[in-house]
Amino acid sequence: MTTSALAAPATGARTELRATGGRAPKGENRAGWLFATPFLVLYVLFLIGPVLIGVAISLFNTTTVTSGVGSWVGLSNYADVLSSGDFWASMWHSVLFTLLTTPLLVLLPLLFAILASRIVRNQWFYRLAFFAPYVVPSSAVCLIFAFMYTPQTGLITNVFGWFGLTAPNFLGSTSGAWFAVVLLTLWWTFGFNFILYTAAIQDISEEVYEAASIDGAGPWQQISSITVPLLRPTMSLVLILQVLASLKVFDQIYILLAGGPNYSTRPVIEYIYDTGFTSYRGGYAAAATMVYFVILVAVSVGWILVRNQRAAAARRESTR
Amino acid sequence: MTATAVPATGTGRRRSGRSGRPVEAGKAFNRLAATCLTLFALIWLVPFLWALITSLRPDNEISAHPMRPWSNNWNLDAYRSAWESSPIGWWYVNSFIISTLAVVFTVVVCSMAAFALVHLGFRGKSAVFALILAGLMLPTEALVLPQFMEFRALHLLGTYWAIVLPAVALPVAVFVFHAFIKGIPVALIEAARLDGASWWRVYSVVVMPLCRPAISAVAILTFITSWNAFLWPLLVLTHVKTQTIPVGLSGLIGGAAIQYAETMASSVLGILPLLAVFLLLQRQIAQGVANTGIK
Repeated sequence: MTTSALAAPATGARTELRATGGRAPKGENRAGWLFATPFLVLYVLFLIGPVLIGVAISLFNTTTVTSGVGSWVGLSNYADVLSSGDFWASMWHSVLFTLLTTPLLVLLPLLFAILASRIVRNQWFYRLAFFAPYVVPSSAVCLIFAFMYTPQTGLITNVFGWFGLTAPNFLGSTSGAWFAVVLLTLWWTFGFNFILYTAAIQDISEEVYEAASIDGAGPWQQISSITVPLLRPTMSLVLILQVLASLKVFDQIYILLAGGPNYSTRPVIEYIYDTGFTSYRGGYAAAATMVYFVILVAVSVGWILVRNQRAAAARRESTR
Repeated sequence: MTATAVPATGTGRRRSGRSGRPVEAGKAFNRLAATCLTLFALIWLVPFLWALITSLRPDNEISAHPMRPWSNNWNLDAYRSAWESSPIGWWYVNSFIISTLAVVFTVVVCSMAAFALVHLGFRGKSAVFALILAGLMLPTEALVLPQFMEFRALHLLGTYWAIVLPAVALPVAVFVFHAFIKGIPVALIEAARLDGASWWRVYSVVVMPLCRPAISAVAILTFITSWNAFLWPLLVLTHVKTQTIPVGLSGLIGGAAIQYAETMASSVLGILPLLAVFLLLQRQIAQGVANTGIK
């Protein structure tokens, strides 16, 4: 599970400091720790723990078959990972998947959420159609799409024929495989972003639109000069959530293609899985994990820094 | 923007009748929008319907007329053979137990932590707060390998606990509860304290009953995420009978191109429970996603 309320920080932390200013009464101190302890224990054991264990075993030539850490190898696992063509190839596949899916999954749901906001009736129907796939397990999605991608007899293969096109070999060629995975992902996760946009649109005050329409603004003007600018912060949130989610792709590619054909779509997580659990090179896979981990954290931190800078700039702008 | 809006409920239909004086152009535009949207929504439903239709047709008919959306011989045979050929019943049971445990523990543990952060002044509170905040950025699914090593050392591999325990300390759930509990009037809590209630009583009798919307948001989303979790259960649950629905179903992928009806019947069975939950709680689920951004 990804926790992705990256936006919460700024507002929460500031109000918190105020509350801790005074010295706490003795009973409260004890009660506070008792209430927080179950969370903290699980948090330290199972969220912080794996990070530390990952760092530790990445410095040993641990194997996944036997227990025990093996012998100290220093940073040589990192040197191996960073010079491995397979690692960077899989890193590129995750990035490519992100580049292919992010524009579609940031812009299309925005477009449809805006269209949906102009329609009063049947909102439940759009929500049902677009959002229902989100609650379906990845493997069920893959089973259904694998069936629809079947050469000759599959539904999607035949739809290509209706338009006079030849369907690519969805599961047997690299380009076909990317098409297959991207289309599946679009269908599966579209609704999530759609819901985020829909909620943000509902928060825009009705009066802004009324004022605009009295001034004679047509629907297109209302959308381009009110809705879209006011949705910028939501777009930025959807963008970072999507980038992080796409960089962590595993399920679809693993189940539908097993990273194939010939490893040409294998994402990083599957590379780690293969080296760690199929080749049993635990220490090496842990080093790969840490490199990947640092990249993901850097993306989140980078986004937060950019956002705070923008917010600060906007504040300066408004006080001037 | 995220965890703050939980108490606001029923955003469903604030937007009826956009403008006082609908312009002709606006009407035409809206009609076009409705057409476009309905068309796409129907396309979005096709994979569900196609799986359902296929699961009810006999295999020989599917291979003879793959594109025909009706059958001369509707039947449930594929469901019987799907049920018999793989332990779907067990997968249901495992998924249900794991998700339920995850929900109960997440709600209790995270709401307790949030309660402490809001109402109890304890030393080191801001450090704890910062730690949980930092946890929002922790990409846990990238860490399955060290996590696996840890659970092997703890001898918990293959158990429900291996799936449940790492899911419980969920930073975003703490922030959902935190935002909600902050909205509860302090006077209520002070009154209870003056009456001599212990902090535990304040938490369990005063605060939690008022937190129902936050509880349902966290519970629903924890249930969906843990029901659908794939990679970690795949690594941990290696015996077919101990697997969950997503892990078990993924093993049937080879059949998608051979035993059409049976494979589609299995996926329909895999989809059903959560789809039923979704149909019942559509609005709450959408609300919860919008407020927490759990992905």
